[in-house]
Amino acid sequence: MPTARAWGTDVNDTQLDALVAAADEGVDCDGLQVAESEAGYTFALPEETHEGLDESELRERATENPWFVSNWHYWNERDRPEAETAYLRWLEGADERSVPERYDALADGGIEASWGELAIEIGLGDDGDRTYTLCHEDDADADTAALDVHTDPLEARELVKHDDRGRYRPLKTAPTLPTGWAFLDLDGRALARTVDIVYPATVANWHLEQQGDLDISNWRETMERQTGIYGVVETWDRGEGHEHVDWVAEACCADSQCLKRREWEYDDDTEITVDGGDGAFPCREPCSLVIAAARQWTKLEGEQSKTYEFELTPSEKEQIEDIIDAVADGEADDIREADVYEGANRYRTRFLRAKRFDEEGRLCGVPTDDEES
Amino acid sequence: MQALVIVAHGSHLNPDASTPTYEHADTVRAAGVFDEVRTAFWKEEPSFREVLRTIESEEVYVVPLFISEGYFTEQVIPRELRLDDWDVAEWDSDGTSATHTTLAAGDVEKTVHYCGPVGTHDAMSDVIVRRAETVTDDPDVGPGFGLAVVGHGTERNENSAKAIEYHAERIGEMGRFDEVKALFMDEDPEIDDVTDFFESDDIVVVPLFVADGYHTQEDIPEDMGLTDDYRTGWETPAEVDGHRIWYAGAVGTEALTADVIIERAADAGADVGNAIEEIRRRTRVAGADGASVGD
Ligand code: SF4
Repeated sequence: MPTARAWGTDVNDTQLDALVAAADEGVDCDGLQVAESEAGYTFALPEETHEGLDESELRERATENPWFVSNWHYWNERDRPEAETAYLRWLEGADERSVPERYDALADGGIEASWGELAIEIGLGDDGDRTYTLCHEDDADADTAALDVHTDPLEARELVKHDDRGRYRPLKTAPTLPTGWAFLDLDGRALARTVDIVYPATVANWHLEQQGDLDISNWRETMERQTGIYGVVETWDRGEGHEHVDWVAEACCADSQCLKRREWEYDDDTEITVDGGDGAFPCREPCSLVIAAARQWTKLEGEQSKTYEFELTPSEKEQIEDIIDAVADGEADDIREADVYEGANRYRTRFLRAKRFDEEGRLCGVPTDDEES
Repeated sequence: MQALVIVAHGSHLNPDASTPTYEHADTVRAAGVFDEVRTAFWKEEPSFREVLRTIESEEVYVVPLFISEGYFTEQVIPRELRLDDWDVAEWDSDGTSATHTTLAAGDVEKTVHYCGPVGTHDAMSDVIVRRAETVTDDPDVGPGFGLAVVGHGTERNENSAKAIEYHAERIGEMGRFDEVKALFMDEDPEIDDVTDFFESDDIVVVPLFVADGYHTQEDIPEDMGLTDDYRTGWETPAEVDGHRIWYAGAVGTEALTADVIIERAADAGADVGNAIEEIRRRTRVAGADGASVGD
């Protein structure tokens, strides 16, 4: 194992003084233990213990173990909210990997972590500090010279507003994070702040969940809370069953649409039968987009089904299914102009329209309402 | 530690709806008097429901970037922030006089100072005047000019008309413009007939809206006859029936709005040092920065 010094980690005087000062309350962090008693100082690491030390011997031991000391200092002597500390520690696997393991990794190319579509790289800063780099996971191996480089977390606000195709992203956790940018040389605070701008409140909610305190608000209570134009959504639940909420979750909350892991259910006793996703961070209640869409569905779903008769060839029926799939999966734009083998190809679709729509745009000339006929 | 949270409507469809909110947050942040300055939105993220948990400070000043008292300030925001003991009577308002109230939030251990909306603060009158200065590029605009303050009518919310009238009256009392009128989109006196209401050749029209959007960029310009089709744009000033109309766009985009936000928080007890004077100075027309001329 290379020595700490070879990797440029030094214990600085601030860290040493802080450690001595903290000894009387006791230090216990990732395998480092320091205590003060009448018999002198104790300095212990996972495989060694030194007792009865005077202050200069304590300083000497500490200086010989810069990783443990700077690690303690980084996690305990910074003014940082609890959720942020827990998050930054989780990113580098602090509860699973020993201090030497982590420092080796930090110094040797860094530790890689991920959060939604973000790739976070943790490197070793001066005196055992950390520096963080943040970019889209697709750019993780890109040369930073090719990326648009930022250091101010607030610049993330504009960066994440549109996707790579220039479309507005009303849902911050949609898997459409744009590429081509990187935040370099962030400290822990700035990293957490940037993450909170890219994916607002995800760290806070993740931390609450870790502590078993996530305040989930299920579908029913969320809809009952709504007023104004959204008050109507509550009435959607008055019919039989709750399958409609399964469809909402399938439509909006699948990982292909939103990276949050849906934790809300229909109500306390009724689970939603579709998968909530595998995202690192939880979704604690239906979001405003889901509520706005649910308002529209509440109106539409008030209609009764009726039987229509359409004349289609078998291929035309399948083509309609292909078109619905392509739109639902966001793939319509990716189908190539000349790829007439795809049902949702533009020429194929225009042909279908030319053949099967009447002048009023009605499929097979069938009126929507009886009175139209 | 004290935090300022600006709560605004935001949009699922319009990417620019949040821009003024962000800009005012940046102006307040630069003043350096709050440990944290955050934004939260009804339609964007962080939501009203989740913003407080992202904040470290124990004292939180919540300022609604809304034009009037009503549905959002009285029901939606307090409910979504979980200000469980909220009661609209706490504001003891006549429709434009809410200042602030202090409450606890249900999901975090913080003291929340819930302030009245930006649009009804007295200082908003100054922002309207500043908007007139900005659009005419004249820090002394007034003599020879009429000023129209424009809003929705009472249709959706009675207090929204009150806020418009309140500021029109206050600016009228300043005696700076030859004439000051409150005009509305959906009731008399209507914005469609703007030139009927003024003697002055030059009329500055300032819509009391938080952000530019459909109403301020499509409806109002067409209704006033600045253009037949908003997509082709319009001149500033535009000639209409022998008058020159200086159309300012949403007042909430004016940089000085940040001052009203700070004043709201200061009224609620926030320690803001000399930030108010500082922002007034920095956002001034023809000043060093912050002033954009025309739209
Ligand atoms: S409700 Fe669904 S779409 Fe909205 S944030 Fe939660 S998981 Fe995502």
